[in-house]
Amino acid sequence: MKPGSRIKSAACASEAVVIKYSGGTIECGGVPMAENAAGDGTPAAGFDGGTVMGKRYIDADGTVELLCVKPGKGSFALNGVALVLKEAKPLPASD
Amino acid sequence: MNIALLLEMAAQAGPDRVGLVCDGKRWTYGELDKAARGASELIRASGASHVALLDESSEAAVIALFGAALAGVPYCPLNYRLADADLGALLERIAPALVIGDVARVERLAEGQGHTAYPRSEFTLASLEAVADELAEHDPGLGTAIQLFTSGTTAAPKAALLAHSNLVSYILGTVEFGSADEDEATLVSVPPYHIAGIAALASSIYAQRRIVLLPAFAPEDWLKLVDAEKVTNAFVVPTMLGRIILALEKGVQADIASLRAIAYGGGKMPLEMIRQALDLFPTTAFTNAYGLTETSSTIALLGPDEHRAAHRSDDPKVQARLASVGIPLPTVELEIRDEDGRVLPPGQAGEIYVRGDQVSGQYKEKSALDAEGWFPTRDAGYLDEDGYLFLAGRADDVIVRGGENISPGEIEDLLLTHPAISDVAAVAVPSLEWGEAVGIAVVVRGGFDQPSENELKEMVRARLRSSRVPELVRYFPTLPYNEMGKLLRREVKALLAA
Repeated sequence: MKPGSRIKSAACASEAVVIKYSGGTIECGGVPMAENAAGDGTPAAGFDGGTVMGKRYIDADGTVELLCVKPGKGSFALNGVALVLKEAKPLPASD
Repeated sequence: MNIALLLEMAAQAGPDRVGLVCDGKRWTYGELDKAARGASELIRASGASHVALLDESSEAAVIALFGAALAGVPYCPLNYRLADADLGALLERIAPALVIGDVARVERLAEGQGHTAYPRSEFTLASLEAVADELAEHDPGLGTAIQLFTSGTTAAPKAALLAHSNLVSYILGTVEFGSADEDEATLVSVPPYHIAGIAALASSIYAQRRIVLLPAFAPEDWLKLVDAEKVTNAFVVPTMLGRIILALEKGVQADIASLRAIAYGGGKMPLEMIRQALDLFPTTAFTNAYGLTETSSTIALLGPDEHRAAHRSDDPKVQARLASVGIPLPTVELEIRDEDGRVLPPGQAGEIYVRGDQVSGQYKEKSALDAEGWFPTRDAGYLDEDGYLFLAGRADDVIVRGGENISPGEIEDLLLTHPAISDVAAVAVPSLEWGEAVGIAVVVRGGFDQPSENELKEMVRARLRSSRVPELVRYFPTLPYNEMGKLLRREVKALLAA
């Protein structure tokens, strides 16, 4: 799972680009994501919060970071632990 | 991650939304994305090692930038203002390239180098028509996205390389995806071969803020375009802002009430000018951005509230911040170091070092990063105790008089307070006694008598130190600037030596 690779949910329409990765299983909707996965099922309970286009998601230790490039009904997780939204301080447009 | 994904996301979220306006023609994100995909096919088929733009700003800049990215080939916009010999040498360094723009010039200067050249309209048309398989394998974006030649006033221009990862880090770290309202539009009038021009395209596309291009800056056209397109944001270099203010004072008629925010950078903003602008545009949000080609654009900024607070304040410390470039971005680290590499405390000037994911510091020839990944900017500056960054010229511009380092800025700032001086540059001139001494090139303000050499020397002696007193004073009708409003100090030196 190299940084830069694009992975898809096996449970919903979500797609993400891997920004940072250093090990573990990345999941969406409760099932592992893969480069060639396709999802039209129902996300597992607890992993059905939805993903938002353009948002970045990280784990508590900062070992993984995903950029959502296509939204879906599932939510991202690492080894069964839900990822959280990476909050960025809004900056004024500078260029 | 490939930077082309930034455009793809904008196109996915709003395929029919207008992304770019140039010469009255409107391009949706869907059309731009399709054209970029087509362009990548053309680029692959050409076997080019680089994609060069030899043209003013247009939709072709977006199509070429992202098309090159998809094809995995560096995008290399060239300065079309360069003299033939210089441009020919750069073309040779990127051969074989797919060149968009001035085909006749490519043929004349670089025949036999193996380039494929397209006029702008043919390139965009061919890109839109090129069969682009949606599932085509695109470059993963692990390499160089952009190659920009530095201006190279002393030696051959260096080729600065920006990786996909540098630019993506900058955009993701500073721009919220799709954050612009449908009515927002940004006016881009900086040339396409400047990092600010490239960053403006990428930032605006990711924010889904409509890009309005002004290929050749003239203040009247700028004001009319703001009016016609109801522009909300703009980036200008200080000289542009000065000319816009002048045009407004001359009574150019344009409704610019839509303009909410002006960002500026790329050169030193005279304090008098920004104060004037803050008064003239009382509700506009001003942002000062400081950055370099090698850092993927902005690394520090002074925001709108800080501008207004400094402008209003009676506290000299807060007031002074109007002359700063603000606070470093939260995503970069910044230090001031002395000549021996020691980190300096607040208030002490040295060289600005920066580190972060958006910082490249790579040239085709070599890396400029130190062992810990810090990039020496060659800019001199200092941080105040609250972390505001003040620039003090290029490290190479420091005048060394008998072992004492003198920053030209302090002499220039003082002399600019003289009512009869409209512009001034202080540079090193050879001195038998000191090695180097201070020389000044002075421009007298229209309607004023020329102040005498002695008067200016006395002014410096009284307010600064005797070592700062200019040994050579000469008067000129204007000073040499490049098109980005940067003072060409080497040319000033030549003027003073003549």
